[in-house]
Amino acid sequence: MSSVAVFFQHLTNGLTLGGIYALIALGYTMVYGILKFINFAHGDILMVGAYMGMFAFDFLRGDAPLGAWTFISFLLAMIFSAVFCAVLGMFIEKVAYKPLRRAARLAPLLSAIGVSFILSNGAAWMWGTQSRKLNYPFDNSPITILGISITPHQILVLIVSFAMMVALTLFVGKSRMGKAMRATSLDQDTAQLMGINVNVVISLTFAIGSALAAVGGMLIALDYKCYPTLGTMTGLKAFVAAVVGGIGNISGAMLGGILLGLVETFGVAVLGIPQGYKDTIAFVILIIILLLKPEGILGKVEKEKV
Amino acid sequence: MSELLTIENIDVCYGNIKALSGVSMHVDQGDIVCLIGANGAGKSTLLKSIVGLEGLTNGQICFDGEVICQAKKVKHTTDQIAKMGISLVPEGRRVFADMTVEENLDMGAFMVRDQNVIAKKKEEMFDFFPILGARRKQKTRSLSGGEQQMMAIARALMSSPRMILLDEPGLGLAPLIIQDIFNKIALINKQDKVTIFLVEQNARMALKASNKGYVMENGKIVLADKASNLLTNEKVKAAYLGE
Repeated sequence: MSSVAVFFQHLTNGLTLGGIYALIALGYTMVYGILKFINFAHGDILMVGAYMGMFAFDFLRGDAPLGAWTFISFLLAMIFSAVFCAVLGMFIEKVAYKPLRRAARLAPLLSAIGVSFILSNGAAWMWGTQSRKLNYPFDNSPITILGISITPHQILVLIVSFAMMVALTLFVGKSRMGKAMRATSLDQDTAQLMGINVNVVISLTFAIGSALAAVGGMLIALDYKCYPTLGTMTGLKAFVAAVVGGIGNISGAMLGGILLGLVETFGVAVLGIPQGYKDTIAFVILIIILLLKPEGILGKVEKEKV
Repeated sequence: MSELLTIENIDVCYGNIKALSGVSMHVDQGDIVCLIGANGAGKSTLLKSIVGLEGLTNGQICFDGEVICQAKKVKHTTDQIAKMGISLVPEGRRVFADMTVEENLDMGAFMVRDQNVIAKKKEEMFDFFPILGARRKQKTRSLSGGEQQMMAIARALMSSPRMILLDEPGLGLAPLIIQDIFNKIALINKQDKVTIFLVEQNARMALKASNKGYVMENGKIVLADKASNLLTNEKVKAAYLGE
């Protein structure tokens, strides 16, 4: 393999991983942009999304033979899981965060950590602590395109995650509610003066963020086993990705997520760091980025209002 | 003329500090009314309480005969009050700095569903404030203070409100630009029949532009009269007009 091909190979692997991180990082950054608070339960939503998708897929597929319906039911299961998590996200916001909106800033943060435990323990209680695998029956042997070997799972992950990001960018940039979301994150009081119902915007933000996490969870489940604390480490990494990209900035979360994926992949491949230490190297590099630019790559320094 | 906005004996407190006490006033349909007073007199607090951004501890506020704010409860939220046709141009302009001029206007028209109406209204605004038309694709943060103020006024007009509240439209601007903005405000009142209630520290310009004026000191209304009378009132002259 030529060194160029090797580079593109790692690039593909890194983008695949990064796409998933980006999907999850978006939820953190969108909520932070509007409420200035970190939803620490976001990673656990991803876990619930993976489980719900898994169950829905098994249910929809039934005993049908391998074929088009198998793939369609996978997509339907993804949509179901996204909708389920969107509703769950909105419900959590209403019950655990909204009553604390005017409380001290640490209160909703602690509430979020509590919700995180409730979700992961609830999953362990309902579905057991044993890890499970999504039973995705299609052949996953790699195919070679232009000298790069890529698995069908990777292709699926790349298409779905990047399509989601494009859709979100268009929604936030062009649509009426998307613009209202941006306005609310820039200045909540003034947004209300425009007739924007901030509660609706907040609910929508949680719905979209949670739906993206659910999709991310299902994409993870393609290649990894699911267990009740699945969301903890993945969520943490996506959170770091959001901070590195510039918390509150949507393009920043996408960039940070993709960057994290690339750093992890290239860290192992190029620097020859043992697989087990890949998280360490990723975090070291991210710390360096933050030392150089504390507000994140695309973040803006918040000016004190006078 | 019928009363459009009626403020009845309201109190507003920040913790133990009374920012407004026993304030009563009214604005007639189609009128231009100003409220003058020193820094910290409670002028902005009054405007914020009209749109529901500050709660009342006593009294009530009515708009077009309907109670919109009541003591110690949320009668209507700010977005609901906006839907009734009250548009506040907040102090310090508060433009959405990271959005373009056009997107800011889109936000002003958030309550308008008809795309044709929005497009028409935008063109009207670009005719009325030509500088905004020239800068329509620019981020609002790159605009000068005067341009941002015009932007904020245009944004408030996008929803075709019945009444606009202006909080210190002249703040931090050069006298010529303030004059320009006051001329525009007078035009908006005359052509579009929008009722105007404005709060200003620049008492002379505010009174000249208005039909009626109120004077506020330490959270209380101390004078209410025709604007022309206030301009010649000895107390007002000494305290606010520097004569």
